[in-house]
Amino acid sequence: MTELTYTAPKPKVIPGATGDWEIVIGMEVHAQVKSEAKLFSGASTKFGAEPNSNVSLVDAAMPGMLPVINEYCVEQAVRTGLGLKAEINLYSRFDRKNYFYPDLPQGYQISQLYHPIVGEGEVLVDMEPGVARRVRIERIHLEQDAGKSVHDMDPTMSFVDLNRTGVALMEIVSRPDIRGPEEAAEYVRKLRQILRYLGTCDGNMQEGSMRADVNVSVCRPGDYERYQESQDFSHLGTRCEIKNMNSMRFIQAAIEYEARRQIAILEDGGSIDQETRLYDAAKNETRSMRSKEEAHDYRYFPDPDLLPLEIDQAWVDEIGAGLPELPDEKRARFVLDFGMTEYDASVLTAEVASADFFEKVAAGRDGKMAANWVINELFGRLNKEDIALSDSPVSAEQLGGIIDLIGQKVISGKIAKDLFEIVWTEGGDPAKIVEERGMKQVTDTGAIEAAVDEIIAGNPAQVEKAKGNPKLAGWFVGQVMKATGGKANPQAVQDIVRSKLGLE
Amino acid sequence: MDLSTLTIAEARDALRKGELTSVDLTDAYLTAAEASDALNAYTTKTPEQARDMAAAADARIKAGDAPAMCGIPIGVKDLYAVEGVATQAASNILAGFKPQYESTVTGNLWSSGAVMLGKLNMDEFAMGSSNITSAYGPAISPWRRAGDETPITPGGSSGGSAAAVAADLCLGATASDTGGSIRQPAAFTGTVGIKPTYGRCSRWGMVAFASSLDQAGPVTKTVRDAAIMLGAMAGYDPKDSTSANLPVPDFEAALTGDIRGKTIGIPREYRVEGMSETLDTLWREGAEMLRDAGATIVDISLPHTKYALPTYYIIAPAEASSNLSRYDGVKYGHRATLAQGDGITDMYEKTRAEGFGEEVQRRVMLGAYVLSAGFYDAYYVRAQKVRTLIKRDFELAFGDGVDAILAPATPSAAWGLGEMQTDDPVQMYLEDVFTVPLNLAGLPGVSVPAGLNRQGLPLGLQLIGRPWEEGDLLNIAGALETAVGFTAKPERWW
Repeated sequence: MTELTYTAPKPKVIPGATGDWEIVIGMEVHAQVKSEAKLFSGASTKFGAEPNSNVSLVDAAMPGMLPVINEYCVEQAVRTGLGLKAEINLYSRFDRKNYFYPDLPQGYQISQLYHPIVGEGEVLVDMEPGVARRVRIERIHLEQDAGKSVHDMDPTMSFVDLNRTGVALMEIVSRPDIRGPEEAAEYVRKLRQILRYLGTCDGNMQEGSMRADVNVSVCRPGDYERYQESQDFSHLGTRCEIKNMNSMRFIQAAIEYEARRQIAILEDGGSIDQETRLYDAAKNETRSMRSKEEAHDYRYFPDPDLLPLEIDQAWVDEIGAGLPELPDEKRARFVLDFGMTEYDASVLTAEVASADFFEKVAAGRDGKMAANWVINELFGRLNKEDIALSDSPVSAEQLGGIIDLIGQKVISGKIAKDLFEIVWTEGGDPAKIVEERGMKQVTDTGAIEAAVDEIIAGNPAQVEKAKGNPKLAGWFVGQVMKATGGKANPQAVQDIVRSKLGLE
Repeated sequence: MDLSTLTIAEARDALRKGELTSVDLTDAYLTAAEASDALNAYTTKTPEQARDMAAAADARIKAGDAPAMCGIPIGVKDLYAVEGVATQAASNILAGFKPQYESTVTGNLWSSGAVMLGKLNMDEFAMGSSNITSAYGPAISPWRRAGDETPITPGGSSGGSAAAVAADLCLGATASDTGGSIRQPAAFTGTVGIKPTYGRCSRWGMVAFASSLDQAGPVTKTVRDAAIMLGAMAGYDPKDSTSANLPVPDFEAALTGDIRGKTIGIPREYRVEGMSETLDTLWREGAEMLRDAGATIVDISLPHTKYALPTYYIIAPAEASSNLSRYDGVKYGHRATLAQGDGITDMYEKTRAEGFGEEVQRRVMLGAYVLSAGFYDAYYVRAQKVRTLIKRDFELAFGDGVDAILAPATPSAAWGLGEMQTDDPVQMYLEDVFTVPLNLAGLPGVSVPAGLNRQGLPLGLQLIGRPWEEGDLLNIAGALETAVGFTAKPERWW
């Protein structure tokens, strides 16, 4: 495997009245496992179904109902762990987290507190070409999602939708290695990208498939390094946890606000209360939800309805062998194999589908040219018209055909853009279109010479000027191109014009 | 033919021979059940269902398809979900609850052709040793002390099951055992009760008390009946992760009566202070009978026995506190009437205060306490470690060649209702001293009638077996049953 080298980004510094401050961030990302059925029941996980239609007896916590682990969800968690280069725990166990809430029918959430399925791993968070943060993953555990309480449909009643109850989540817990609001947003973006590559989470943040709890504290420059040496968290300051964030933009804004709020308190001589806070996007502020004293006592204990989860190394290896090429590797390969910039490689590898599309276009063709056409012409156009790549009117084969015609000097770059436009709006085989519509580039020097002669004969004054100022040759080239409808080979025109004007 | 004295085995044979129809048999038991309200054993009777099932069973028998329990009328502990039939675990919090599903164990019984007479009384959520915590009021034992009309407890929590079988209100009954709830009522009523190895029967559809301890089993009139009925109840169930993927052997076929060469252990730690003299005598006599039948009797030690009760009363309430969280008034069962302005917390508190009885509330609080932050390690984690030691005591004994362990089932005979100090729950908990170690160790145990005390109340002996060897255990129990020759029946007063 090829790897690119990176330097770590500088931590975000916020200047205060009493000196500089730094931010320390750790995240718990809840990623919904991509699976047909729930973690402990056979009910469907389909989003957007009629309320309470995807609910089994187990999900509704009917008396005497028992959970049975969905093996596929375990496989997905293992796959995720391997994708984050993490240690897989062959022995893990489920615990009950006890609390009362109407959308939690059992009165407890089945989670993994004491023995999670995945241990330490890491995520490389890209900030700019050559600059990336290595964020350590502490653990990933499997747990059940809760249902949804609806409080605004009736003035006196609340409603509960259990469709989401029991859906499998992976809670991905990072170390406090994230050092700024942008890094936090990029961390989520990268995590989302990796999970989507792995096919273990659809990453649909609007539908709640990924939500993040963000732990924020502030400290002085040097404190973080002291923490790294001593592993003593007290150097990092008291943290507040901002719950349930489902947009990268809001994550960034909330951290920004929260850090400044904490700095203001500290600079005022106050101290930070460890608490859980909620972000109000409309007001762009965080508000206290509950203090440490009000924190629930969840009375965790091993779920006696479930046996410990024991898996084989051979099974883990098998899952590992089937892992797809991941974003970091793919990007490195694109840079090294196709000679493109890291920036272009990042754009192309953002999604598996875009990378696959590019590779189809680039197969047997000039990589740089393919990258250029995919990114600038196709992606640019798709973006502008807000069309998904999967709905692109121009296929990889068609785009490859256009590039072939350029490479074979059948058409010029300019004509190629016209051709792209035709393929975009009308479809069709590029080679056929060129043939049928007479778009072929004229390389017949006789025809070009005739055209050049005509222009020279018609513009004696310009000819005189050009003899004194060779730069004016370009004007003649332009005129010839115009006269030939852009189909003349520009290099050939250039050569003939210069020779006829005696500029060589 | 006196249908009321039939055993399951006898009725099965008569049904197969065509000497009897299930419809007639069922009618006889429905009549008996109808006339039994003074015992308060049945909480719900299902005569229509029973007659339909009996007719279907007769058709199966006629067609030559007669599994073990075909046509046998039984009662079902209110802990088991039966589709469309009130299932409340004798709790007000499940008032009006009729499941849309069938528990695996009852489903197995119906597949085997059994006929359901109704649901049987029990302690609320199976928490209790005398049936007094039932929302339906206590079941009453058909037994009385000689010359004394004081109502006697049939024990608990499967008091309704034991009372019904002892009073011939059904041929057998499902029961469940978390800390002795099958074996103690069986001992109190002169019936046979077996708690199989943990994992032998599916817990799916059985209202949970303490998941790691709960196990289904039957109460029957004889050891043979226990073998037949357990065989029909047991089996691997993929819907219960803790059920064992093992074939169910033919337990009845194991009843050879031959126990020559078997080694029976007598645990010295079970000889406790205050044990009745009669019981001590019966225990000794029981051992002698087994020796006479060809077994070797050895003294053994189970040194961690004294920690079993405190361990049990940490683990069982801890699991119960969590298992009973689902009864919150949101989805089914009782919901308190709320006052203007009451919020969700009020709804929980009022619903649970109204719906749960005192003993259930006590155990939920105990459980929440031992699991709470700062106490978890000292109580729950430590109790789990002791549990491992208790289990190892048995493993060592079996490892030394012991085939079964003989001990009393209870420290005393049944008491009269109101005689046990109900304001001292700890006194009640002490009644479980001989039964809880098996639940902690997951081992099978069977209670067999051993005789009557001086007042004429039954006493039971308990045999403890190796895991998954219920057949061998029942065979030894059968030998003991034969040797004891217990034939006493309660005189009918109800």
